[in-house]
Amino acid sequence: MPNPAKNWREIPQRYRLEAGTCKNCGHVSFPPRLVCPRCGGREFAPHTLAGAGELVTYTVIRVAPGSFEDQAPYAVGIAALEDGVKLTAQVVDCDFSALKVGMRVRLEFRRVSEEGPAGVINYGYKFVPV
Amino acid sequence: MRDVAVIGIGMTKWGELWEKSLRTIFVESALLALEDAGVDRIDSMVVGCMSSGLFVGQEHLASLLADYLGRTPVPAARVESACASGGLALRQGFIEVASGASDIVLVGGVEKMTDVTGCEATYALGTAADQEYEGFHGLTFPGLYAMMAVAHMHKYGTTRRQMALVAAKNHENGSKNPLAQFPFKVSVEAVLDSVLVADPLRILDCSPITDGAAAVVLAPVETAKALKKPVVRIVGTGQATDTIALSARRDLAWLESTYQAGRKALAMAGRAIGDIDLFEVHDCFTIAEIMVTEALGIAEKGKGGRAVEDGLTALGGKAPVNPSGGLKAKGHPVGATGVAQAVEIVKQLRGEAGARQVKNARRGLSQNMGGTGGSALVHVFEAD
Repeated sequence: MPNPAKNWREIPQRYRLEAGTCKNCGHVSFPPRLVCPRCGGREFAPHTLAGAGELVTYTVIRVAPGSFEDQAPYAVGIAALEDGVKLTAQVVDCDFSALKVGMRVRLEFRRVSEEGPAGVINYGYKFVPV
Repeated sequence: MRDVAVIGIGMTKWGELWEKSLRTIFVESALLALEDAGVDRIDSMVVGCMSSGLFVGQEHLASLLADYLGRTPVPAARVESACASGGLALRQGFIEVASGASDIVLVGGVEKMTDVTGCEATYALGTAADQEYEGFHGLTFPGLYAMMAVAHMHKYGTTRRQMALVAAKNHENGSKNPLAQFPFKVSVEAVLDSVLVADPLRILDCSPITDGAAAVVLAPVETAKALKKPVVRIVGTGQATDTIALSARRDLAWLESTYQAGRKALAMAGRAIGDIDLFEVHDCFTIAEIMVTEALGIAEKGKGGRAVEDGLTALGGKAPVNPSGGLKAKGHPVGATGVAQAVEIVKQLRGEAGARQVKNARRGLSQNMGGTGGSALVHVFEAD
């Protein structure tokens, strides 16, 4: 069983969508970083991700890894949020046939996976059609 | 820098090799390469392997393999760059010989993938993606490439049929390669009717789980000239990185690391893409080959699908891609793939490729990438 620190140290991102805006060039990094990948800047202002955006791509996973086997098939996508950040998450509450590039989605807090009988339950964000 | 040649190549039959362990398949290929080179000493070894830790529970791999090859105390290093580990081993071996640090270097690649369940193998391969922000959400490698496929289809109108044509072409080539895991033909219809893995990719769009190894021996060109074999030089090497997380890329339908690595390798070789007679590229999924042909400049941006449709990349086409059968038909033991690409190109440039021989082949290019293109390596080979 993994040390739970692996889960709780990501809580600011997974529960509260905390990102960082580079004070030099304005690029938003999610998760936050120590070095801006665009300009090399080292100073950041706290930023909360925009809660909505649109899908730029998607798929339906039919063959899933271990801790997701009981969820398959499930949809996953990348959405471009309104603040320009692109984010990966599951797309839920949506017929697979309705998935398309450009579809409007918003972020919701959901259960993501369970690490087996003795492990923790992982929570995080998922995309829900608007 | 000294000029470097490949003086020996070795590869055994790939597949689900239940009766053989990782160390055995590595040593078999290494011995073939040393025998082919006709040298009785090596100064150093470099081994590409993605994840012996997760696949067979073994790290400290380089020393283990040097021991089982009967070569201790030669220095040995294991390098890792996900599915590009083999290509990286080749580059490190090249640098070692070119720099003068070593004269004769054995470069190997190996992966033993069938000692774990399919589920565990999917997990092990998934560690090449961003575990915290992709794997966490249930993404798999087919899933990531499926999202690249959807982006490419949306942006350029690439079709399902064009992707299926890549698989059919590579199986056609692979049917002429006795060492391939799947040396048989597959029809376009069979690909289109096969079971979905991650929409729109189906099982016959995906490279398989494979046990396999490959090895080459590198030496200064002067050493190669003294041997009685055609001299095949490595005239260009290029390597580049990109974000591991697909979502962080500006363009999901473009492989920037392959573009950068290709540009550097060709510039070093003093060649243009049109000078190359054959290509071995990283078709881990059919869409990957389409995108790689665009990033290397074999096809124009957005026209990689049309290139396969028009027969440009077929064995008899103007730019044959994956005459060996590629990862799709030959198999994809991840750490071995980059080295096996070099083995195929040397065979082709020596005129030893049998039924799949590209006529009058003098120059070849290999492209190997890790993950969704978070790393890429390109090498250019030339026969004297």
